[in-house]
Amino acid sequence: MAIEVKHVSKNFGDFAALEDVSLTVGDGALTALLGPSGSGKSTLLRIIAGLETPDSGEVIIGEEDVTLAPARTRGVGFVFQHYAPFKHMTVHDNVAFGLSVRKRPKEEISARVAELLGLVRLDGLAGRYPSQLSGGQLQRMALARALAVQPQVLLLDEPFGALDAQVRAELREWLRRLHEEIHVTTIFVTHDQEEAMEVAEQIVVMNKGRIEQAGAPRDLYETPANEFVMSFVGPVNRIGDAFVRPHDIQILPDADATGTEALVERVVHLGFEVRVELKLEDGREIWAQVTREKAHELELHDGQILSVRLPEPRVFTEQSS
Amino acid sequence: MPASAQGAVGIPSSAASGTTPRRPGGAKSGLRSPRAKKLALRTVALGYLGLLLLAPVLMIFYRTFEHGLAPVWEAITAPHAMHAFWLSLEIVAIAVPLNTLFGVGMALLLERGSFPAKWILGLLIDLPFAISPVVVGLALVLVYGKTGWFGDWLAEQGIQVIFSVPGMVIATAIVSLPFVVRETLPVLHEMGTDAEQAAETLGAGPWQTFWRITLPGIRWGVVYGVVLTTARALGEFGAVSIVSGRIEGQTQTLPLYVQDRFENFDTTGAYTAAVVLALLALATLVVMNLLTRRAHGRMAD
Repeated sequence: MAIEVKHVSKNFGDFAALEDVSLTVGDGALTALLGPSGSGKSTLLRIIAGLETPDSGEVIIGEEDVTLAPARTRGVGFVFQHYAPFKHMTVHDNVAFGLSVRKRPKEEISARVAELLGLVRLDGLAGRYPSQLSGGQLQRMALARALAVQPQVLLLDEPFGALDAQVRAELREWLRRLHEEIHVTTIFVTHDQEEAMEVAEQIVVMNKGRIEQAGAPRDLYETPANEFVMSFVGPVNRIGDAFVRPHDIQILPDADATGTEALVERVVHLGFEVRVELKLEDGREIWAQVTREKAHELELHDGQILSVRLPEPRVFTEQSS
Repeated sequence: MPASAQGAVGIPSSAASGTTPRRPGGAKSGLRSPRAKKLALRTVALGYLGLLLLAPVLMIFYRTFEHGLAPVWEAITAPHAMHAFWLSLEIVAIAVPLNTLFGVGMALLLERGSFPAKWILGLLIDLPFAISPVVVGLALVLVYGKTGWFGDWLAEQGIQVIFSVPGMVIATAIVSLPFVVRETLPVLHEMGTDAEQAAETLGAGPWQTFWRITLPGIRWGVVYGVVLTTARALGEFGAVSIVSGRIEGQTQTLPLYVQDRFENFDTTGAYTAAVVLALLALATLVVMNLLTRRAHGRMAD
């Protein structure tokens, strides 16, 4: 189902959480709402789910205007940031909840729950209670619970926020594959640009209750609409009013005299990527990103003096729309 | 070893003499201070409880059974004692469910609702804790009594509140009002709204969400509140004493009966009824304990 948000505003007391936000998400798309905390991304997600009511504007799911419809009639699966497990129920009963409130026959529920637990790889844990599961398992249980009622739309609020790095990477990959399998329109909220880039087909960058830019990850990275998107999506060096990506800075061999002279302050090896912190002639500090081979070839080390060539810096003129 | 350390070790080590021998030096001086503190704390706590609670209760039991079982049986089966016993249970059986319903509803309202001057409502809930039960009783007489606000109207309808069971139920309900609310509120707060919202997105209506998610989530708070309410309602004296008129064999609850027997120098009767009251309270606590334990066992394994 396609989702359309039209001119939605929401205030909490004096705080404007959303200001005239409009957004279209295509049927079957996997979209990330990306932004710092307080940017309104979670509020937007909760408004789409029907857990908050907008002060003004419309929400349309499929063909239907659901702005005033209660959450339970929207056909939306929602996965909460802290999973919101039903602590007094087993994993089986958690996943079965949506079906059992719809009064489906017992056999049908059992079959569907077994199928879903297989899909999220929790087979064999049906009899456990949430308190006996790890964070990653809780996350997958919450997902199975949301998927059980075959939602038209799947919404996830910071789905990987509370997990450790390794489980997180696994689940990201798995969410993407799951989406390929079941193709339900999916929106997830994240503050982690890497996560958004890795998982989503479309990224919506939000800041201070507004949408800064929406587009494919590559477009956002290569043609950011403004300063905020440039600095939020991908690493960046700020030089006055201009911005330069660290990997666009060329480090030249010693002999080359065409570049700007720079002092290597620190070389940080991060595996394949090497991060070089530089001080330019005029005292400005920037950092460059090079590959391991390149670093080896140039014999980069702290205190070294070399020359760099800066690319054409990007300058965003202030154009408030 | 310095002398001061040895001196200080004296108390706990002598108290523990006869138990396992301890390693000298480091281990001893390491354990000394926290152990002594713990021991002292326990002694004070147990001593306080013993003097204030245990000794008097045990004394009642002792005096009751002092002359064997026959007089006790006679006292228990006395018609007025039986009547008081059943009347007490009847009042509890009406007042406790009422306060449970009201308490859960009020806790939901206070925790989940948002309306102006909510804090005033919270304050009002606690009022029965602050006001002396005697005042509650007097106030009820003023409102429902023959000369009270509703007195005439109630008399016309043929309803007698004061000096009869309805008044006693109302008095009991008022004095035990805050327990369920106060025990449920923090549990409700801790539970948060995530699970309820999750149920909503899964298609559950408000009632389904309440019965299947909210209530199971707060049940131990409610159970604890109910137990306290029951104990309080069973033991209520002051308010009921005024409202009931203490008519023997008619509006005499168990606590009133104890007082009545005591004043009439029927010590066996008074002690026996007191023991029954104590046993009822104890039974309530044991039931709660068993319930809680079973629940925890199920959640943990």
